[in-house]
Amino acid sequence: MFRNQYDTDVTTWSPAGRLHQVEYAMEAVKQGSAAIGLRSKTHVVLATVNKASSELSSYQKKLFKIDNHIGIAMAGLTADGRVLSRYMRSECVTHNFVYESPLPVGRLVVQVADKAQVCTQRSWKRPYGVGLLVAGLDETGPHLYQNCPSGNYFEFHAFAIGSRSQAAKTYLERKFESFMDCSKVELVRHALHAVKESLQEEELSSANCGVAIVGIGEPFVILDSKSLQAYIDSLEEGKNDQAAKLEVEEEGNAAVIERQDISGGAGVGVGAEGEGPTDMET
Amino acid sequence: MHHPQVLRSQMRWECHGGQEESKQEQIYVGRSLMGPPTPFTLMPMPGVPITHTQQPYVTGTSVLGLIYEGGVLIAADTAGSYGSTTRFKSVERMKAVSNNTLLGASGEISDFQAITQLLDRLIVADAMWDDGNDLGPLDIHNYLTRVMYNRRNKFDPLWNTLILGGVKNGVKHLGSVSMIGVHYVDNHIATGFGIHLAQPIFREEWKENMTLEEGTRLLEKALLVLFYRDRSAINKIQVANVTEDGVHISQPYALKSEWNLEAFKNPTASAAGSW
Repeated sequence: MFRNQYDTDVTTWSPAGRLHQVEYAMEAVKQGSAAIGLRSKTHVVLATVNKASSELSSYQKKLFKIDNHIGIAMAGLTADGRVLSRYMRSECVTHNFVYESPLPVGRLVVQVADKAQVCTQRSWKRPYGVGLLVAGLDETGPHLYQNCPSGNYFEFHAFAIGSRSQAAKTYLERKFESFMDCSKVELVRHALHAVKESLQEEELSSANCGVAIVGIGEPFVILDSKSLQAYIDSLEEGKNDQAAKLEVEEEGNAAVIERQDISGGAGVGVGAEGEGPTDMET
Repeated sequence: MHHPQVLRSQMRWECHGGQEESKQEQIYVGRSLMGPPTPFTLMPMPGVPITHTQQPYVTGTSVLGLIYEGGVLIAADTAGSYGSTTRFKSVERMKAVSNNTLLGASGEISDFQAITQLLDRLIVADAMWDDGNDLGPLDIHNYLTRVMYNRRNKFDPLWNTLILGGVKNGVKHLGSVSMIGVHYVDNHIATGFGIHLAQPIFREEWKENMTLEEGTRLLEKALLVLFYRDRSAINKIQVANVTEDGVHISQPYALKSEWNLEAFKNPTASAAGSW
């Protein structure tokens, strides 16, 4: 899109009825490295392409745990994303304190969307420059949502945002009908395939992607590089026994988590501590 | 010699009605009709600390609850006492909060009414999301705990002990919140005199997966003891049954009680100096 005389202010409409600043904010999302999300009847998987700005630096963190049952992947200005995730965590914790039950992900998404909308209607603010893929559980099961800088939110079976996300979306569009009945391992493999599409020439490894999973009875975890590499290996070598081993491990973990599940509501996992890979978030 | 403050308290009812009288005399009232002396101000004045009502006026007595195989049973009588007088005899002290939760209250009836209004707003706001999620008994129990505790911190308590019972997704919940925010859950709960008279019976006779019959009989047994021994209780009770499908509060009914005892027939027979 090109510069025009109506794009200085977020509070200025163009004659065509557009708010250019909001659209520019959505461009910022498209510049960020890709984030992908997909869900089944029991799990939601988030995957990100991790781009390091130089060989010496580490990559930007794009996967955040919001609560035991909600996590996000972001694309765009990750600084804005950090601020939003702090808000989301605060809302979840407050809800838990008042009601002693987890905040349904759909309600949190609406709250974030309303917060983003405020920034599209104040002359002294600017829209958030980050798109979020929110994975979470509520009473009706697992959900995947997207939050836009415009203040809109959408629910998806599967989606991808960020640069080169179209390649991932093409893969997802081909395969999404089978996602509902996928097992956790199959779902992660689909996510990694989608990431591969976005990476194009690069080799997929645990260094340049990240995966997080949340499911019924399983709290949100960001996979550590060892588990992630195991999934990637199972992908590339197509080894069934590797996958079977993974599945057995996952069953074991899931069983332990379920035994320690003390939540009153059905399905939403209040997970055990120390289960699964080390979680970077507190 | 009449203390001027005592005189004023005797005119208290006139004070409230007669607003034409000079406000100067009515600003500060010394002694109330019930309880220890507590000053309260009709109008905020500089230098006089703001105080809130520190005593209940119209009160309900015990509320009892227990979990049975199909859900939760909660019972209470329908009396509203005004001090030692049974002033109101048709007070509903239990209210369906949503279609799977019931609230019962002992203590100040007006505060119970305020709480039900509060919960109405909460439930409506929750329903307006219309997203397949709704507040269950655990959520409402915790919410009420927060409310009661915060009021206690402001030295302006809602003078109630609340019982919250319900079923959601097959999980039965029965809990209590006091006026200072003490909260807990249990298989059987009582407030007020029920703690001393009914809970011991429950501890002996409650068991897992009681039928509706057994549960109701156990509640009625405890209520009968309360009717005999708690002078604020009356023989007009309601029993509420909360299941996954809904809340059903019975019409008020009376328990069969036995007063044909020798000592009652001629109560003053052995009293010294009676005439």
